[in-house]
Amino acid sequence: MNYLKFSLFFFFVFFSTTSIAADDPYAEERAAMVKVIERDVRAGYGSLEKDALDEKVNDALGRVPRHEFVPRNIRNSAYENRPLPIGHGQTISQPYIVAIMTNLLQVGKDDRVLEIGTGSGYQIAVLAELVKKAYSIEIIEPLAKQAKDRLQRLGYENIELKIGDGYYGWEDEAPFDAIMVTAAASHIPPPLIKQLKPGGRMLIPVGSRFMVQELLLVQKSESGEVSTRQLLPVAFVPLTGKR
Amino acid sequence: MKLRPPFFSIALLSAAMLAYEILLMRLFSIIQWHHFAYMIISLALLGFGASGTFVSILQKPLFKHFSVAFLINVGLFAVSSVGCFLLAQSIPFNPDEILWDSQQPMRLLGIYLLLALPFFFAANAIAMALTYFHDRVARIYASDLFGAGLGSLSVVALLFIAMPLQALAVIGCIGLLATAVAAWELNVTGRNWVFVALAVISAGLIMLDARSELQMSPYKELSQMLRISGTEIASEHSSPLGLLSVLHSHTIPLRHAPGLSLLASGEPPAQIGVFTDGGGMTAITRETGEPADYAYLDQITSAAPYHLFQPAHVLVLGAGGGSNILQARYHAVPQIDAVELNPQLIKLLREDYADYTGDLLSTGNIRLHEGEARGFVTGTNVQYDLIEVALLDSFAASSAGLYALNESYLYTVEALQDMLKKLQPDGYLAITRWIKLPPRDTLKLFATAVDALTNMGVENPGQQLLFFRSWQTGTLLIKNGVVTETEIAALKKFVTDRSFDVAWYPGIQPGEVNQFNRLAEPYFFQAAAAILGDERAEFFERYKFSLKPATDDRPYFFHFFKWSVLPEIFSLREKGGLPLLEGGYLVLVATLVQALVASVILILLPLFFASKEKRSSNPVSKSRVVTYFLSVGLAFLFIEIAFIQKFILFLHHPLYAVALVLTAFLIFAGLGSGFSWRLVKGGYYRHAITVSVIGIVVLGFLYMLFIGSVFAQFQSLSIAAKIPLTLIMIAPLAFFMGMPFPLALAKLGDIAPNMIPWAWGVNGCASVVSAVLATILAIAIGFNAVIVLALLLYGVAWSSFPERRVSGIQ
Repeated sequence: MNYLKFSLFFFFVFFSTTSIAADDPYAEERAAMVKVIERDVRAGYGSLEKDALDEKVNDALGRVPRHEFVPRNIRNSAYENRPLPIGHGQTISQPYIVAIMTNLLQVGKDDRVLEIGTGSGYQIAVLAELVKKAYSIEIIEPLAKQAKDRLQRLGYENIELKIGDGYYGWEDEAPFDAIMVTAAASHIPPPLIKQLKPGGRMLIPVGSRFMVQELLLVQKSESGEVSTRQLLPVAFVPLTGKR
Repeated sequence: MKLRPPFFSIALLSAAMLAYEILLMRLFSIIQWHHFAYMIISLALLGFGASGTFVSILQKPLFKHFSVAFLINVGLFAVSSVGCFLLAQSIPFNPDEILWDSQQPMRLLGIYLLLALPFFFAANAIAMALTYFHDRVARIYASDLFGAGLGSLSVVALLFIAMPLQALAVIGCIGLLATAVAAWELNVTGRNWVFVALAVISAGLIMLDARSELQMSPYKELSQMLRISGTEIASEHSSPLGLLSVLHSHTIPLRHAPGLSLLASGEPPAQIGVFTDGGGMTAITRETGEPADYAYLDQITSAAPYHLFQPAHVLVLGAGGGSNILQARYHAVPQIDAVELNPQLIKLLREDYADYTGDLLSTGNIRLHEGEARGFVTGTNVQYDLIEVALLDSFAASSAGLYALNESYLYTVEALQDMLKKLQPDGYLAITRWIKLPPRDTLKLFATAVDALTNMGVENPGQQLLFFRSWQTGTLLIKNGVVTETEIAALKKFVTDRSFDVAWYPGIQPGEVNQFNRLAEPYFFQAAAAILGDERAEFFERYKFSLKPATDDRPYFFHFFKWSVLPEIFSLREKGGLPLLEGGYLVLVATLVQALVASVILILLPLFFASKEKRSSNPVSKSRVVTYFLSVGLAFLFIEIAFIQKFILFLHHPLYAVALVLTAFLIFAGLGSGFSWRLVKGGYYRHAITVSVIGIVVLGFLYMLFIGSVFAQFQSLSIAAKIPLTLIMIAPLAFFMGMPFPLALAKLGDIAPNMIPWAWGVNGCASVVSAVLATILAIAIGFNAVIVLALLLYGVAWSSFPERRVSGIQ
């Protein structure tokens, strides 16, 4: 009888592990990616001189199946620490950049966040792991449709997407605790600043599709004053030490 | 029957080849980016070197059927010029991924190889002709140079009348015409059939070309905009200055207002985007008749001067789509002058979109001049209250360091002095640039202004400078006089009302800086204080980007790269550190390294293939041949490139200066080559090379000493008078420079004709290396030093002129 129990136990353990592996063949790669990001962040990132990501950000990155957000032919590169092309002239950001941007937004589990520029949907999926409700607007129609299908398929019920012009934000759902603007714009749209809650944060990566030059963090104080912080995504000081 | 050299065919072929080289630069600047275009074409030109190797190795079979081989190579040039470009542009190369995607370097190699083919075929034809008719080398080379001169001038005209792809078909057809002329000149049997075949091929080429479209990289600004629904290209206008694409956006407004204050509430009126080569968007803004609609133009850093005083006469350098003109109009400036280089952009404003802009340029108080900014400033007799240098280059290109290899005569110390001289007492010069992180452009600009003021005898430059920034743009104001307390108070109010930050004003306190747009440290203020103080040299040394001001001799304002920082940046590559690389300069260096490696291989290959017997029986020392042709190849282009730069400052138009100087050099060098034929016939090699080298060295030094004062003397002449003057100045130098190459080639023809193709290949490789090396050297040591180096190289060439070995001595 004991033998039978043991066999049954073994049977379930075996099948449950194989079924996890079959469901998510990329689990190991994802865990390795998170480790690489942790290591890089430990070296100190940007002007904030932080040496660790919040645990919950690490967990979120460890949960979102990044390989589902890239074209099938480059899935094997999905967990490499680099940006990848996703078609329509757009990219999915480097995981390290996604990690520090998410960390910089300092979102809480009851927050409502808005993203301008859905792209593949990866960034909003990571945010959705951390907040109550996430909204995202994409201007390129085919991309928006793909992202919508993908996020539905992956079961993200707290994300709402719409196709259109992000300049005016999402008036009906405003204000937001945090806003991420990943779409290129010649300036920060004033309506977005209005839709930011007092005490809220807005983050704008500045640069090209493949390389983020700097991170612009817009902060609205409790009294409504707006200021910005310009951060390098990398620990680099422009002056060498005095000789 | 003895064959006559195909002079006309060679001239036509050379014309087509030079035109093709310039056209490729245009085409790749449109579909890719300028710096990669530069690398691709430089390396494709190694087709010249490869031709030397090829003809060296296969001399016997090629010369057995010379006429047919020549004809086939010219024909293949024609077909491949069109076909290889169309194939190359279909390779999805993305420079941004080159460091981490192993496929990208292979794709780049594929593009090089494809584009090297047309140059290879054309150079084969010329190398074969030079070797086969080795007793008439000098005249063949003269045809080659004449043709090239003609090509450089014609392509400028062609690019004004044809779209880039149409121009490609024209060049292909000229290549076919050269083939037909060759069939006639070489009296090929059955040539009527050749003519028919060529007519059919030309029809095919034209059809293929007409069905093709330029495939712009999906990551260029224009491609990105076209993804948005409701956008369309309304019209395209091509010229050698660039391809202008006019973008209408029917659904979502463009809203182009870089640097807009975070506190601004309005947005711009409707706009039309104008892209140059798919990037660098400038906006044409609709006239609404409502002044308040333009209030956004008061919410950017460049609006500051209008809050310090009321200028009566403003000059805008770089009108673009007209934003700075509108800004001046918004601030009720009575008289506005603006300068724009591109006539097609002016036409858009004046004619095509005249209604759209409410006839902005027909208003009596606004005058738009066609011309180059520096030239206009030097030539004008008007003294302005405010001179504004507009921000026209795109942030994307600027932030990625892509301008590193572009010269700019607008941001040099001398340029700022020229502008300051055209200011009324107490007038202002205002320059706005993008803010990059860590700061670069604006700091170098500040240092440039300090040098300009110091050169003009100002004892305390800091008293005349104001410097402030938003998160996106920084503006430097240089006053022709000491800044007053009232002006400082007005500036403080201006910046505070818009959440901008001051970085410098006379009497600034450290506690006032880095308030609204906070950086880890107040870099801008720290830099300004250091540049004005005693620790300037130490600060330049310690800063991780090069901030030393650009001068007319080293006009590389956008060069910020320092080798010492490369290891640090490379170690940060996976942590988002790559954007810190000033990519443009590294592309230049990568081009040089690749060209050197390929050249060494191409030069050594024929030696490897030569039979033992040939190696030992060669009557000329190979090391002399290689030294001579390397020196001549390097030196010719060093001088040509340095003089093009010098004459840009005189003729003040980059395009016309390049075309004119290049044509003059080639044509007069062609005359020199033709003349050297007479000397060769008399057997006066040694005398001829001595005279030509002495001529080059003496004239070179004279020009270096006196060209500045000659230019100053004749600066105010009209362009029509400057052109013949330029030709007169270039003629004697170019004439002598046309002699060394054919003299040595003719000598080889006498004593070792089988070495001619190899010498041709060595010279071809040297020319490629030279063009890249000249820019790297100019960045490091300036153009004058490049000229001195070239003159020394001519000395080296003189001492290694190929001579027959004295028997018994190896």
